[in-house]
Amino acid sequence: MRAVSVALGAALLIALAAAAFLVWAARPAIAPIEPPSPADFSADLVDKGAQLAAIGDCAGCHTNSDGSPYAGGVALPTPFGSIYGTNITPDPDTGIGSWSRVAFARAMREGIDRRGRHLYPAFPYDHFNKLADGDIDAIYAFLMTREPVRATSPPNRLVFPLNARIVAAAWKLLFLRPARSEPRSDKSDPWNRGAYLVEGLGHCGACHTPRNILGAEEPQKALAGGEQEGWIAPSLDQDSPAPIHWTEESLFAYLRVGSDRLHGVAAGPMTSVVRHLRPALDEDVRAMAVYIASTMGEPAPERRSREEEIFASLPKGGSADAIATAEPAGSAADAAPTGAQIFAATCSGCHTNRSSRPLGGRPLVLQTAVALASPRNLIEIILHGIEPAESEPGEMMPGFADVLTDKQIAELAAYVRSRFSDGPAWSNIEDVVRGIRNGR
Amino acid sequence: MLTLTVNGRPHRVDADPATPLLYVLRNDLGLNGAKFGCGLGQCGACTVMVDGHAVFACLVPISVLPGRDVMTIEGLGSEEDPSPLQHAFVEEQAAQCGYCIAGMIMRAQALLEHNPSPSEEEIRRHMSPNLCRCGTHMRILRAIKRASQGTRFADADSEKRVVR
Repeated sequence: MRAVSVALGAALLIALAAAAFLVWAARPAIAPIEPPSPADFSADLVDKGAQLAAIGDCAGCHTNSDGSPYAGGVALPTPFGSIYGTNITPDPDTGIGSWSRVAFARAMREGIDRRGRHLYPAFPYDHFNKLADGDIDAIYAFLMTREPVRATSPPNRLVFPLNARIVAAAWKLLFLRPARSEPRSDKSDPWNRGAYLVEGLGHCGACHTPRNILGAEEPQKALAGGEQEGWIAPSLDQDSPAPIHWTEESLFAYLRVGSDRLHGVAAGPMTSVVRHLRPALDEDVRAMAVYIASTMGEPAPERRSREEEIFASLPKGGSADAIATAEPAGSAADAAPTGAQIFAATCSGCHTNRSSRPLGGRPLVLQTAVALASPRNLIEIILHGIEPAESEPGEMMPGFADVLTDKQIAELAAYVRSRFSDGPAWSNIEDVVRGIRNGR
Repeated sequence: MLTLTVNGRPHRVDADPATPLLYVLRNDLGLNGAKFGCGLGQCGACTVMVDGHAVFACLVPISVLPGRDVMTIEGLGSEEDPSPLQHAFVEEQAAQCGYCIAGMIMRAQALLEHNPSPSEEEIRRHMSPNLCRCGTHMRILRAIKRASQGTRFADADSEKRVVR
């Protein structure tokens, strides 16, 4: 009898909780509006919106490489299936033309579309909820003054049960907290601006913060490094794997032009982030550099001495642009003789060339891809090279997917690791190569 | 000693395994079609095919090639008996100084073998690693287009390599 009452009570509680959740999760539609006229927005506001949309990298998920700006259709692979960026041009039927400013702000902060449907957290409302009202207004003005394009994105391909949007509501209940960016009085204005942009609009953590099994960023590990589209997004905290520590100057150069002389070239998903960032103001990019330099912190003494060793191993005299690397250590060639042969023919022409660029390639001893605990990024680069955006100038490296086998790439990567990093040898490199080739 | 298969024929090569294929082709095998341009994989003058893929011969060590099928411009056709693609390059007068052309043809051949009727966009994207300093790109694109349109009938009455 007692057991029955307990069971009944529990069932009642569960039913009540479920009912409460459904009531909470049900969000009303916001009435459609006539698409606003571009004349409704001041040019200054639209300009500001363009600069902010650049920092938010709206185009990254909403502009297809062969499609119209902001017309959607970009596939975003996630561990749970593919999600497609939507059309955010002001087309009233297939875009957001019928969205009021209030509906847009609700989507940005709460992840709910105009019709009241829960959006998946691939849309980083867990960052955009930190945005100031004025910035949301500016981005709204920018988007509403784009060319309206009639285009419908392909339907999302998510695994059951995630294909039901109610799951996104449950996710929010667990992980989405209302947030506003509060400036810190003990920090400089650029630091506070940078914190606001990095944590909010820039949503750097969407790639650079590890995610839990339900795909939520782990708040205790902010910017501690994550993965995106098969690439390692290196940590941006004190554990940064960069051989030479990042500074405000080097971060600014990297974000502004896509490379820094003491580090690498923006590759993988970061290439388009940097490209889309171009319309952002210098002062905003510098503020982000100030903030990220502070999350990385000053290098520890051991790290400083390792950096001295690296600098000492570089030839003297030339400009930093022309630094090349020391001759091969015998042990590296002995450990990976096939890799050494491939390196000599395939890589050394650029990477040990002491000329200035474009003839002299990046010194590998400075590359984060070589220093990471995982070989993934280096293998991605060996397979597919580094490519500037079409018809744009930029650093390039050919890829070798067509000519080197998985085993040969693994041998090359092992050689590069042992010659240009003091990190432990990578294991199972060939499996990683095969995985990347097979889209894993 | 390594054995390389070039244009369907085995060749015993006595060279350091780290030697780039281009040097062996030109210096040891007397196949001078592929050119040395930059030596850095940035210009494409050295392009040949390995197992049907266009590759920079200046960056490929011979050590990775035993058991693979290397094809150079000499294997495609000759002055007397040009392949359909070579013929199209002649018809369109696509060469100015000619230095890039062997590489251009081999890269285009790799495209047509995988995709016999590529779009303009696909041709442009595929050919983008190869540079022509004379500026004959428009003629090169036309030649590839011409060859791709000719493929269907060229296939039937020719023994020459069009599509494997």
